[in-house]
Amino acid sequence: MHGYSVFSILRNGLSGQKHWPLAWRAPSPKSNYDVVIVGGGGHGLATAFYLAENHGIRNIAVIEKGYIGGGNVGRNTTIIRSNYLLDGHTQFFEFSLKLWEDLSRTLNYNVMFSQRGQLVAAHSPDQVDAFSHRANVMRLNGIDAEVLDRDEVRRMVPYFDYSETARFPIYGAHWQSRAGTARHDAVAWGYARAADAHGVDIIQNCEVTGFIRQGERIVGVETTRGQIGAGRVGLAVAGHTSMLGRKAGLELPIESHILQAFVTEPIKPIVHQVVAYGAGHCYVSQSDKGGLVFGGGLDGYNSYAQRGNLGTVRDVAEAAVALMPCISRLRILRHWGGVQDMTPDAAPIICPTPIDGLYLNGGWCYGGFKATPASGWCFAHTLATGSPHPLIAGYGLDRFRTGRTIDEFGAGPFAWLQ
Amino acid sequence: MLQIKCPCCGPRDHDEFLYAGDASVSRPAHNDADFERWYRYVFVRENPAGAHREYWQHVMGCRQWLIVERNTVNHTILSVNFSREALA
Ligand SMILES: Cc1cc2nc3c(=O)[nH]c(=O)nc-3n(C[C@H](O)[C@H](O)[C@H](O)COP(=O)(O)OP(=O)(O)OC[C@H]3O[C@@H](n4cnc5c(N)ncnc54)[C@H](O)[C@@H]3O)c2cc1C
Ligand SMILES: [Zn+2]
Repeated sequence: MHGYSVFSILRNGLSGQKHWPLAWRAPSPKSNYDVVIVGGGGHGLATAFYLAENHGIRNIAVIEKGYIGGGNVGRNTTIIRSNYLLDGHTQFFEFSLKLWEDLSRTLNYNVMFSQRGQLVAAHSPDQVDAFSHRANVMRLNGIDAEVLDRDEVRRMVPYFDYSETARFPIYGAHWQSRAGTARHDAVAWGYARAADAHGVDIIQNCEVTGFIRQGERIVGVETTRGQIGAGRVGLAVAGHTSMLGRKAGLELPIESHILQAFVTEPIKPIVHQVVAYGAGHCYVSQSDKGGLVFGGGLDGYNSYAQRGNLGTVRDVAEAAVALMPCISRLRILRHWGGVQDMTPDAAPIICPTPIDGLYLNGGWCYGGFKATPASGWCFAHTLATGSPHPLIAGYGLDRFRTGRTIDEFGAGPFAWLQ
Repeated sequence: MLQIKCPCCGPRDHDEFLYAGDASVSRPAHNDADFERWYRYVFVRENPAGAHREYWQHVMGCRQWLIVERNTVNHTILSVNFSREALA
């Protein structure tokens, strides 16, 4: 791999930017790999990288039906945080945050991880109590967390609605200073380039259409570019987990739902942190170009359409304006949607499956971007050793049978309410 | 916005309705002691890309429970029926 550095920038700048090597190859599929990973999103690419980096397995293909980064990894709002309450989540997401803190160096690729902090507003004394509970759990796990009072919130984000007439007055906030955002495309590209440098074949425009079996065991995949044999197959196809799972013979507790994101016209810097509304579903950050990037809740009914409906645009915009009235005149430039694999407890499913040779990484719902490094790390471990990494022991498919769901949101087993 | 043709109230925007999920799963009998059947009823979903039978309740209208058949890829609504009739 040609390392990126100050010197390579100078050298290539002086030679007219004409000699940059391609960041990754475009190989034709071989007939056989030790591991085939289906899905070239963040999780698939990270898995390939850590399989090579941590486990020395190099004969790997990542098979992507479109182009890498065209799925949710390139559609999300890039919030990274580890403010989870329930055991299993707390430790896993903190491990992920620690990997983020070193990721640009690990990959020799600037993923623009910006630890600007995340503030979630509390709108009642009870919500302050709930946030204190959460912050205490985090601190007991060695994670930074603070509860801010109204004056502290006001100093940090003066543009919230502090008026007497605010529908949901501000009582305080939950604050995690190590939270932040990253550049989504760079995460896909950085993992792809680093995996490719380890010899991983990234095969784009190649759809997996079925599985090859030997007896009960899955020994490869059928693709639009022919059959590819595999020692082990790992699924990391986000919103399309049910479709491929069905072809493999898996019954899954997953529904596909749309989450939208929005960006406004660019304005001067105003939102210096990630801020979230505590009385409804809406969170906002400001991109380097100046646009306010915001998101909210699901569209609310099963969908495989990569676009959302206007009712949700209105709901999220209303919440945004309730929180920060000063943005009411901004225009939305774009909105888009991603197909997400929602589980009944909104926790991921990442584990070996009952089918020999098949491993599953899915059910990331609306929170899988921040999980990308840890998910890749732990799924690589699972693929390499055949058994789950301790950090994902609670994310097995069997938890729905045993009643050990990790139900952070507490909405009941209804995917669309999570 | 989806438009659902309520058999009682006529075509209405979907945000007048409450979505209540997959209507193709059926609840086991109360005294059914088979664990697998309950597990599959509560958790397992077909999640098709294509025609999907689903419950919607017209909460801001006639409050009837409906079964809507809708394509999950292009949102074409194929049929709308009162659920008591569709299930009968
Ligand atoms: C609008 C929106 C906002 C979000 N905001 C956040 C956020 O702020 N923070 C956060 O942590 N998470 C967020 N998420 C969630 C996060 O984006 C996802 O959980 C995560 O990206 C999913 O993993 P992935 O990157 O591997 O998925 P993807 O990038 O979707 O990768 C899956 C890939 O599989 C490919 N594929 C599918 N079927 C096949 C097949 N048959 N053969 C070959 N390839 C196939 C797809 O083309 C796709 O490229 C958000 C999601 C959305 C949609
Ligand atoms: Zn009606």
